Amino acid sequence: MNSMLHLINKSPFERTALDSCLRVAKAGSSILLIEDGVYAALKNAAHAIKISTRMEDFSFYVLGPDVAARGLGDTPLIEGITVVDYEGFVDLVAEHEVTQSWL
Amino acid sequence: MEEWEESGPEVVKRFMYVNRRAPYGTIYALECLEVVLIAAAFDQDVSVVFLDDGVCQLKKNQDTTAIGMKNFSRTYGALDDYDVEKIYVEKESLEARGLTADDLVIPVEVIAADDLRDVMAQQDVVISS
Repeated sequence: MNSMLHLINKSPFERTALDSCLRVAKAGSSILLIEDGVYAALKNAAHAIKISTRMEDFSFYVLGPDVAARGLGDTPLIEGITVVDYEGFVDLVAEHEVTQSWL
Repeated sequence: MEEWEESGPEVVKRFMYVNRRAPYGTIYALECLEVVLIAAAFDQDVSVVFLDDGVCQLKKNQDTTAIGMKNFSRTYGALDDYDVEKIYVEKESLEARGLTADDLVIPVEVIAADDLRDVMAQQDVVISS
């Protein structure tokens, strides 16, 4: 079992949820971007460096249905982020001892 | 009603609607679009601005099938039918998200904050969501 799954559902442009998570989460944790949190996965966005520089510390995932809903299916995402569907979301929750939602 | 008809059209105010939220995560984007379309029926001088995460409302290729929500991105195309032609997208917000005008569902005027400031200052009413 891995330690903790962090859920980020807020846009990194509007809220500090991702920043706080990246600051506080223990290395080895997993971070899943959902809902408006998927904007953090944009490769060409100004804030992409926040995630791209932490690839060794965390496993990053993004929820595909939320990416598609926002028209980002054809937009480059940061390399190394794994796209998962709802079943993958369930698997991640099951694989981690604790899930934390950064609301 | 007759009284309103007589006095209404003479008063034309400049209304600006400022969209600052991403679609789907909250209800703000859809609600604001509906307000704009309703307001446009009253023959006022309407401007619509997309700022911050609001620019994401206009992203092309939205497909909401898997999240079970209504894809309202096509409705922005109706703004033109309602004679809402002043549609501004802030340049800085677009660039921060790695997007360009080609990524958007409707033609817009991409405007720098320096110029948007002046347009905003000319309004009678500014409604932000």
